[in-house]
Amino acid sequence: MGSKINELRGQKVSAALKQGQITPTELCRKCLSLIQKTKFLNAYITVSEEVALKQAEESEKRYKKGQSLGDLDGIPIAVKDNFSTSGIETTCASNMLKGYVPPYNATVVQKLLDQGALLMGKTNLDEFAMGSGSTDGVFGPVKNPWSYSKQYREKKQQNPHGESEDSNWLITGGSSGGSAAAVSTFTCFAALGSDTGGSTRNPAAHCGLVGFKPSYGLVSRHGLIPLVNSMDVPGILTRYVDDTAIVLDILAGHDPRDSTTVQEPVKSFILPTLTDVSKLCIGIPKEYLVPELSSEVRSLWSKAADLFESEGAKVIEVSLPHTCYSIICYHVLCTSEVASNMARFDGLEYGHRCDINVSTEAMYAATRREGFNDVVRGRILSGNFFLLKENYENYFIKAQKVRRLIANDFVNVFNSGVDVLLTPTTLREAVPYLEFIKEDNRTRSAQDDIFTQAVNMAGLPAVSIPVSLSSEGLPIGLQFIGRAFCDQQLLTVAKWFEKQVQFPVIQLPQLLDDCSLSLENEKLASTSLKQ
Amino acid sequence: MAAPVLRLGCPGTRWALAWVGSGFHHRRGASIGSTSNPTREQSAVTQKPLHTAQKPRKGEHKWEAVVGLEIHAQISSNSKLFSGSQVCFSAPPNSLVSFFDASLPGTLPVLNRRCVEAAVMTGLALNCHINKKSLFDRKHYFYADLPAGYQITQQRLPIAVNGSLVYSVWGGKKRNQMVSRTVRIKQIQLEQDSGKSLHDDLRAQTLIDLNRAEGQLRVDANVSVHHPGEPLGIRTEVKNLNSIRFLAKAIDFEIQRQINELETGGEILNETRSFDCQLGCTVPMRDKEGKQDYRFMPEPNLPPLVLYDSTSLPAGADSQQVINIDQIRDTLPELPSVTRERLVQQYGLLPEHSFTLLNEVGLLEFFQNVIKETRAEPKKVANWVLNTFLGYLKQQNLAVSESPVSPSALAELLNLLDSKAISSSAAKQVFQELWSAEGKTAAQVVSEQKLELMQDLEALDRLCLSTMEGHPQVVMDVKKGNSRAINKLIGLVRKATLSRADPALIKDILEKRLRS
Repeated sequence: MGSKINELRGQKVSAALKQGQITPTELCRKCLSLIQKTKFLNAYITVSEEVALKQAEESEKRYKKGQSLGDLDGIPIAVKDNFSTSGIETTCASNMLKGYVPPYNATVVQKLLDQGALLMGKTNLDEFAMGSGSTDGVFGPVKNPWSYSKQYREKKQQNPHGESEDSNWLITGGSSGGSAAAVSTFTCFAALGSDTGGSTRNPAAHCGLVGFKPSYGLVSRHGLIPLVNSMDVPGILTRYVDDTAIVLDILAGHDPRDSTTVQEPVKSFILPTLTDVSKLCIGIPKEYLVPELSSEVRSLWSKAADLFESEGAKVIEVSLPHTCYSIICYHVLCTSEVASNMARFDGLEYGHRCDINVSTEAMYAATRREGFNDVVRGRILSGNFFLLKENYENYFIKAQKVRRLIANDFVNVFNSGVDVLLTPTTLREAVPYLEFIKEDNRTRSAQDDIFTQAVNMAGLPAVSIPVSLSSEGLPIGLQFIGRAFCDQQLLTVAKWFEKQVQFPVIQLPQLLDDCSLSLENEKLASTSLKQ
Repeated sequence: MAAPVLRLGCPGTRWALAWVGSGFHHRRGASIGSTSNPTREQSAVTQKPLHTAQKPRKGEHKWEAVVGLEIHAQISSNSKLFSGSQVCFSAPPNSLVSFFDASLPGTLPVLNRRCVEAAVMTGLALNCHINKKSLFDRKHYFYADLPAGYQITQQRLPIAVNGSLVYSVWGGKKRNQMVSRTVRIKQIQLEQDSGKSLHDDLRAQTLIDLNRAEGQLRVDANVSVHHPGEPLGIRTEVKNLNSIRFLAKAIDFEIQRQINELETGGEILNETRSFDCQLGCTVPMRDKEGKQDYRFMPEPNLPPLVLYDSTSLPAGADSQQVINIDQIRDTLPELPSVTRERLVQQYGLLPEHSFTLLNEVGLLEFFQNVIKETRAEPKKVANWVLNTFLGYLKQQNLAVSESPVSPSALAELLNLLDSKAISSSAAKQVFQELWSAEGKTAAQVVSEQKLELMQDLEALDRLCLSTMEGHPQVVMDVKKGNSRAINKLIGLVRKATLSRADPALIKDILEKRLRS
């Protein structure tokens, strides 16, 4: 009897590869075929088929010699298209970088490749990661795989709204929506996202995945094309918490090319299995209970808190008093850094260049007008306004001060004995594209980043865990926030929670029917998970 | 990009009192050139032109000029300030450009330790307060040779502040005295250098070189004039002055221009100007219309630069990870002012000689090597080194290291002179010979050309006597009391000895004979 690819954890696949139940090339081809089948979702901008197959071949040789590089050897991964990949086009979903082929790998990409991971391709996003829907990239929006799931379709038939199926697909959330869709449809076992205000956690919540934002400074940003340097972190999207831990274990640590990474050596991130939560203290920030929060998410949040309490954990209400200033503060700091970071795209060294050559200034102006979309241009404009000499004190400096207050809110809460905070990740489940685009990008980002961006300003680790399906049959996630550099503790709690909630696997029968692998269920189950 | 640069600011230095009138003239004091200190950024501060006060004639309206300099000096380091690319003089264009230097997306700056050490050392040498914590900022402007669209610098909290440098210039009524002056240093900041633009007007193209490692000094001079006691005038900024000579000329011109402008009822605009070195004048820069707003912002990719001293150094700190100011202070070489003071004290040299010795690369070392091997008086050695030796070098445009005469050879020559084995005019002749005939020793030249002084007193006496007999008229003149006439006799005897006799000795003998 065959086992479905969608029932496999990265960890188990790793064991299957080691035992020769499947070869890296077979696995790679399965994933490539899934990428083909799910092409309409627009998850990938570039599929690096040749690279992946070559890597699979190399991996296979290693396995045959018994010289596997580790848990990730032969495991298909995908990378958001704002990480530099040597020899592979890196576009940031922008006209500005169409055709740009970096000559180097981002540190995180290199680390994954050094472990033998197979790079399936580069995933779609909002242009320069500016957005919360994965709808505003030059290559078009990403469709949420759950739009086509059995779970959602069945509910849909019960409450028909009369919309045609084609136009009624849902957004993935963003900006790492391509990575989320890629993992969610089993085209890879893990994907890199980036997280500046929630860009990894938001699509993870909407696509029923684990979306992890590490502590700022734990994982190198070298090679990540920046949005906001002081908040960006590479994010990890997987289907299971353990898989996230395996990837984090590879990525974490000092990088001499990124001066903001921690110097101290990092410990292993492989997670223990928590059996007793009675010593835990879970904080519930009262300011996160906002009127816009859907009743379903609210009740789920409450149930999760009850779950911890019923298992013996201490659950207390806490206050993060400056939360209400967070979004506006984020907006000022984000756009200011964006204005600065986007200054290098001038058409001279790389990327798009317009045809106008009457003067350098005219060339800059036309290049940037043609290269950037409205969202990017709008943020550049705002950011430059905030940085003007006459405005700097009133906006940038003030926002920095508020940022400190927000960070201190978290410090105070954690100093009071709270181990992790439990919050919603998003206000509600994924909405249809047609509804999403009724509001502009700025409004959407302000709404959707509400629970996530404060964490970026404070540099804390946070993870969104899929909890259950809504009445519409769509995933809802909850967020755990940990102390700075207590990423392992955070993930350990998340793993315990994941086990309790037993989030259902996405059912995509039309896509996955013929994707069974020649693995024996019995064997897989008896495979030890301990590495 | 990112060639490391130190920026030094000397603001509002009142160093000029100019006066107006038909004879209005700026005179510059002695140009105090670079010192023995090897790093370029330091010489930059000392090499300033100086407008010294002149007494205004009665009834004339006094003007005072205020000049502030922003000095960009490249740090002597093997790699750039924020990238691992090498720094190498005259490398082919764009051959030393890292991904960061080309501002490829996703690259990050990594601070070069050597550059920080150089900045601290410069700060210490210039009596600055070293900030234990300093910050980096981005300064934004669009220019083709600035690929990131911003420059990383230290605007808000630089590595060193509030320094001073004492230097000397010719002063006094006859401009023959060394006078001490002090210039204040506002701040020293580490700054990424921009690239280099080469404009090809013929093809309407601009070529960019991102190596940015031309060993260079660049100075922007801020100049204003006002009447003493009144508020400061509106300043102009003369940009990109790349030699000390042009810097001086540009400042002279700009002061004069501003005074003329104001005297004829015009006004000074707060503008950026450039110096046309062919015409010797400053002209407004066209491309800087309107005021630039650089939109400064903290550089988020570089944590604050934290320095330690021996008291604040954390226990067990990895010496590779921390920079200890006290440790750098210990490695500071003797500063030029101390060296000059020592030369005056130890050897009794004139202060101006101590300056000249330090201004020429290698000259002090040459001098000291000669001193080691000669019995001659240091003052005499200094005269020879500064007049004869330096004169020959200048004439042939040679560096001290290229000299055909070694310190030992000169020492030997000075020993011969000191022991009165040769006359000083013969010594000059020997020196010329040493210069052109490399490899010969002074003794060889003396013996080959028979330049030894005559030691045979009887023979000399005979020569004196026969000279007197041959020139009775001159002898008569002497006896009549024309004291100068004896010099003629001395000259005649010297000629007869082929300049090999000591004139003092000849004079003694002649006087004895004339008295008898």
